[in-house]
Amino acid sequence: MQPITHPSGPDGLTTTRPDAALPTPRPGQLALRQIGRSLLNLGLAIGIFVLCWIALAAALNREIMPYPWQVLPVFVEEMQGDLWDHTLVSARRVLSAIAAAVLLATPIGLGLGQIRVLNRIFSPLIALVHPIPKVVFLPIILVIMGIGETSKVFLIALILFFQILVVVRDEAASLRPELIQSVRSLGAGRRALFRYVYLPASLPAVLTALRVSVGTAIAVLFIAEQYSTREGLGYYIMTLTWQRLRFDQMYAGILAMSLLGLVLYLVVDVLERIVGRWRLADEN
Amino acid sequence: MSAVASEPGVMVTLDRLTFRYGPRSTPIFQDFSWTVREGESWSIIGPSGCGKTTLLTLIAGLRRTTTGTITVGGTRIERPRPETGLILQDYGLLPWATVEDNVALGLRVRRFYGPDGTHAPRAEKVLGRRAAREVVEGWLRRLNIEEQRSRYPGAISGGQRQRTAIARTLALQPDLLLMDEPFSSLDAPTREDLQNLILQLQREIRLTSIIVTHAIEEAAILGRQILVLGQPPNTAPVVVPNPESGAPSFRSTGIFLDRCNQLRTLLGLTV
Repeated sequence: MQPITHPSGPDGLTTTRPDAALPTPRPGQLALRQIGRSLLNLGLAIGIFVLCWIALAAALNREIMPYPWQVLPVFVEEMQGDLWDHTLVSARRVLSAIAAAVLLATPIGLGLGQIRVLNRIFSPLIALVHPIPKVVFLPIILVIMGIGETSKVFLIALILFFQILVVVRDEAASLRPELIQSVRSLGAGRRALFRYVYLPASLPAVLTALRVSVGTAIAVLFIAEQYSTREGLGYYIMTLTWQRLRFDQMYAGILAMSLLGLVLYLVVDVLERIVGRWRLADEN
Repeated sequence: MSAVASEPGVMVTLDRLTFRYGPRSTPIFQDFSWTVREGESWSIIGPSGCGKTTLLTLIAGLRRTTTGTITVGGTRIERPRPETGLILQDYGLLPWATVEDNVALGLRVRRFYGPDGTHAPRAEKVLGRRAAREVVEGWLRRLNIEEQRSRYPGAISGGQRQRTAIARTLALQPDLLLMDEPFSSLDAPTREDLQNLILQLQREIRLTSIIVTHAIEEAAILGRQILVLGQPPNTAPVVVPNPESGAPSFRSTGIFLDRCNQLRTLLGLTV
């Protein structure tokens, strides 16, 4: 062993910079604090929302705009009966569509993002089809796929599919070749690359795509549930209550559908924050 | 990959290697033969476009030769060899994994495949979870990145990132360490710090190392032998012996300056 005589440190092992020595919160704590803050914001938002509702009801003073305290008891009562079943049906449709879209779009997006030739062939087609509002295909889908569950799930999955495809593709394309090379040099073949690189890289992208498109998905579900079904919140709101002038019940349905959207959004949002913790690190 | 009989004590053999990027382009290497013996530390230097990084990726098994063969540790190279370690300029760390998880990545990949001889060495027993954690622990400590263990690569300095990449590679106990411009994006003090670390590690572990660099001083500091490449095609290795490298305060000796000037002349730069 020869001694190292060098001014940079006793044994040349010091690179800790002064700014790096400052105590910074751990990433886990950061994420928790963020979630706490967003829950607080949510409470505040609900408060303001209820106030606006009351003001609007007072201003309109008509049967079509009841007060929250008229709607809430009806909501609780209806939820113990049919409304709960309609909510479950709607939730099942959205969740099946999400599952189908994620399972199909993620591998295709990964493939397009990593194989440049494929992307060059298909990206003009995707750019052309992606902006089309898929809901216009509803009549065609109803004719081809029939009046059952498949047509509704298919339409929503179609919308989510393109959202996820585009985001995952771009995420996979942004993985630098050096990253892939160095993980390959650690012994990773295709399966390990998928497990340790592609999967963790695309998961946040999938969640981002879901977060921005879950609202659209539920809006389209509402439209799809106007046709050829006797179940679901869309049917409950338009056919069972609105057409029969049962406005309090109708608001209970609107509340249920809003909560469905809100819960889905929050679940995706929290998952995205947990999976994407490392992104916070860059902002330090 | 097939086992090839090779001379004892030889780590890397390039046998009449020819490599070109396209069928009609100038070959980067033509009938190029070169030998690296066990325990040697080499620097490869040359102007940009000379093929130094190409040579490293060929030895790493990330690229295929056009004709000729590369043998590393008795194995004909057709894909990455599990006992070869590779360190790149841009670290290649997973941005979504903590320093600790990045250091553990190679061992996880080995556990994922088991000792299949393709992705992980066949002979060795793959480390279990607990043993792997101890190995990771040791390298975090040795490279002085323990405090950064639960941080993400985006939140640590360039020097700490490169230390993480080095720890991740050395945790796999490679017998050959390939480095491609590992320190060129670091500031001068950090670079010197890490160069000293590599010199220490070269002494501590019996490691054959090949480092590609465009910095003349770095080539002279880290390589006991220096391979100088020129404009393609490279047909025969030009080797500058540099046995004094690694000695204490080699950087401030006259020999070091002479060696640097010798390299400048070979590279066609005015001294």
